[in-house]
Amino acid sequence: MSPFSRREFVVAGVAAGAGLVIGFYLPHGKGGSGSEAFSPNAYLRITPDNKVTIVVARSEMGQGVRTALPMILAEELEADWKQIEIEQAGASTLYGDQTTGGSASIRSTWDPMRKAGAIAREMLTSAAALTWGVPRSSCAAENGTVKHVASNRKLAYGELTHQASTLPIPTDVTLKQSKDYKIIGQRLPRVDSPSKVKGGAVFGIDFRLPGMKYAAVSRCPTIGGSMTGMDDKESKKISGVTYVGKVSDSAVAVVADSVWGAMEGRRVLNVTWDDGPNKDLNTAAVSASLKQAASKKGASLYSAGDPAKAAGRRVSAEYQLPFMAHAPMEPGNCTAHYQGSKCELWAPTQVPQDCRDSVAQALGLDSDQVKVNVTLMGGGFGRRLEHDYAVEAALVSKAANAPVKVLWTREDDMRFSTYRPASLHQLGATLDGSGYPVSLTHRLISPSISAQKGQPGANGVDPDLPDEAGPVYPIPNYGLEYVTVETPVPLGWMRSVYALQAAFALESFIDELALAAGKDPLQYRLHLLAKDQDLTYFATTWHTARMRSVLQLAAEKAGWDKPLPAGRYRGVACFGCFASYMAEVVEISMEKGQPRVHRVVAVVDCGLVINPSILEQQIQGGIVYGLSNALRAKITIEKGRVVQGNFDDYAPLRMDETPVVEVYAVPSAETPTGIGEPSVPPVAPALCNAIYAATKKRIRALPILN
Amino acid sequence: MVDIALRVNGSEKKVSVSPETPLLWVLRDTLELTGTKFGCGAGLCGACTVHVDGSPIRSCSTPVSQVAGKSVTTIEGLSANGLHVLQQAWIEEEVPQCGYCQTGQIMSAAALLAKTPHPTDEQITQAMNGNLCRCGTYERIRKAVHRAAGDGGAR
Repeated sequence: MSPFSRREFVVAGVAAGAGLVIGFYLPHGKGGSGSEAFSPNAYLRITPDNKVTIVVARSEMGQGVRTALPMILAEELEADWKQIEIEQAGASTLYGDQTTGGSASIRSTWDPMRKAGAIAREMLTSAAALTWGVPRSSCAAENGTVKHVASNRKLAYGELTHQASTLPIPTDVTLKQSKDYKIIGQRLPRVDSPSKVKGGAVFGIDFRLPGMKYAAVSRCPTIGGSMTGMDDKESKKISGVTYVGKVSDSAVAVVADSVWGAMEGRRVLNVTWDDGPNKDLNTAAVSASLKQAASKKGASLYSAGDPAKAAGRRVSAEYQLPFMAHAPMEPGNCTAHYQGSKCELWAPTQVPQDCRDSVAQALGLDSDQVKVNVTLMGGGFGRRLEHDYAVEAALVSKAANAPVKVLWTREDDMRFSTYRPASLHQLGATLDGSGYPVSLTHRLISPSISAQKGQPGANGVDPDLPDEAGPVYPIPNYGLEYVTVETPVPLGWMRSVYALQAAFALESFIDELALAAGKDPLQYRLHLLAKDQDLTYFATTWHTARMRSVLQLAAEKAGWDKPLPAGRYRGVACFGCFASYMAEVVEISMEKGQPRVHRVVAVVDCGLVINPSILEQQIQGGIVYGLSNALRAKITIEKGRVVQGNFDDYAPLRMDETPVVEVYAVPSAETPTGIGEPSVPPVAPALCNAIYAATKKRIRALPILN
Repeated sequence: MVDIALRVNGSEKKVSVSPETPLLWVLRDTLELTGTKFGCGAGLCGACTVHVDGSPIRSCSTPVSQVAGKSVTTIEGLSANGLHVLQQAWIEEEVPQCGYCQTGQIMSAAALLAKTPHPTDEQITQAMNGNLCRCGTYERIRKAVHRAAGDGGAR
């Protein structure tokens, strides 16, 4: 061990959203030469053994953040990608908001990751210059080393950590220009693939502690109901069951030595429930409440001109969407170890900090007494923006006085999820003599996810809508309104959230307008986007030019102006959300009255692309997800209970229904925007527009196969 | 509780569990082979696919008593040395996103290739249709199977 072992870690960090915070941190912990335990507390760590560790402060749920975010830092660091090791951050105070959602991981880390890399690069370069006693300007960082070109000397970053750690931290660094990028923009293989194909990747469900117990939780099947009594005699007869007890007023945990013991113990548990106030709730009542709310005045999301004064031919239509469930492949789970004054969790979570704070509150601890480690996630899609599973695990660990993994079954996941809100959309337009809209109104009637969680946005606008429900077309008289309505059905953010609803309604309606005008639906859209214009929708400025170019490229790649073989039909849709532009052309045939999707051409403009391969994965996956939503996804309520329970009655797409998806990105050097969600919303309208082309039947309610 | 002997990835194992315990939980909890996943518990998603005497089965709905004396292969035992040609193809085609279902997918594909070394698209669909993937990686899976079959990833 070098004499500098206690100072060997250089940690350059920039707290997101908090300006520049960078420092060298002394390792803390056990002390003693050779046995230091270090807690990295920012984005980067370089050790004398030339290991470059990049910390990822977002959660990996399949979207590739463990590869893409380090690529950004490594680019500015001039690192050798082969040397990079990845470390997953748990809940921390060093990285700002660690929520993984809103297609925001690249958007929100783009600046801090670049700065963190650049600062380290500058310091390592200075360290080399000092070591050699040469002017700094004669040294250059390259591929994990600093070179002195004149003398052809070079030092690896690992050899410079001590010297670098004595230097002041630059407050102003120059970031690279995109033309000089060597890592960003490359199809680098994902770092997590090998462990995932070998079976060694540790998802939440795979994590285990010595002496760990397993828990299955029996929850009141009726929304808002509660427990009135419990008989656990039979449960306790099941081999391995060690504890049965209440977790809350509406949930009982069965704890056992094995998963199967816990599941069997729960199966024979006898709980009586008071069904509570929603025992007569059903889907029809929810639809009726949306209809009823439609007469209320809404909050304005966007307005231009005065739609009421527009004169011309009137067209109107109503669209409806059901509740949907995320249904990630890995059911909910969390491992917790409560030990009096502290609690540690291993959670597959998109919100480690919320897990920490909610667990602390539930246990009566301070937040800094709760440690949350983030595991890999078997899909997220927004379901793991909740932290119910984490709170359950912590409470059960405390009650059972043991480390516990709470595991949900598929039925638990389906019936106790938080659902994409059902919605109703009223659209109206006034067409001029050529059939183009002089006015367009869209009333989006939907319960508010955030309001249900106690965080309504300002002026009655759900805080998600600004990222997800923009206007797309610069129609001179435009009114976009949001009407909220309450529902007892638990609501959650599901991949693309309100954008799915908004796009289905708007892009179906635009097709209806094109039809009314007797015009080709693609040309109709291009005409509406023909003039270069900026549309400001909350904090985002949308450019018609960028939307037009994704549409044009999609049409070109799909061969829109070439005739299709007999029996093939296509539809188009475009939409913008999470600051990205997306256009899709869906090609179908009809078989036994049902659509078969053969091909989807998808074009995105999401600014600079960090890793084209991951981008293609995300878009292909988003389209399959969107097709599942469009074709069959529907959660219904009867007698206050969710009806669907497993992949038979809530059936996502399988291989036989999956089309070929071609992905194209418009070349761009703009700041990167979101990619996890934008491909989902155009799928349903493009598909329904294709179905109209095939059948002359307009689908105004999802799912299509109802 | 009964003692049940089975061969897992080539080694003889004896487990002491209740006989109706699904093989999945014996593999995951008792033998600590967590590459086999729990997705639905009802044989609907294929995340728990393993081979019993060479045939793909859904371990979540197979009582361990049914495999007593039989030979079970899990993802951990698919390839004795290094990567199986399918695992290699999965990496090259960049199949995994979240990756949770992929071990089950690979086990289904391995059973297919063992019987049908050069499957057609139709045969791939038939063999793989029981395996769900919510990340939507199906077309890459198809390409990876073709690649592993030596068809160069062609459709």
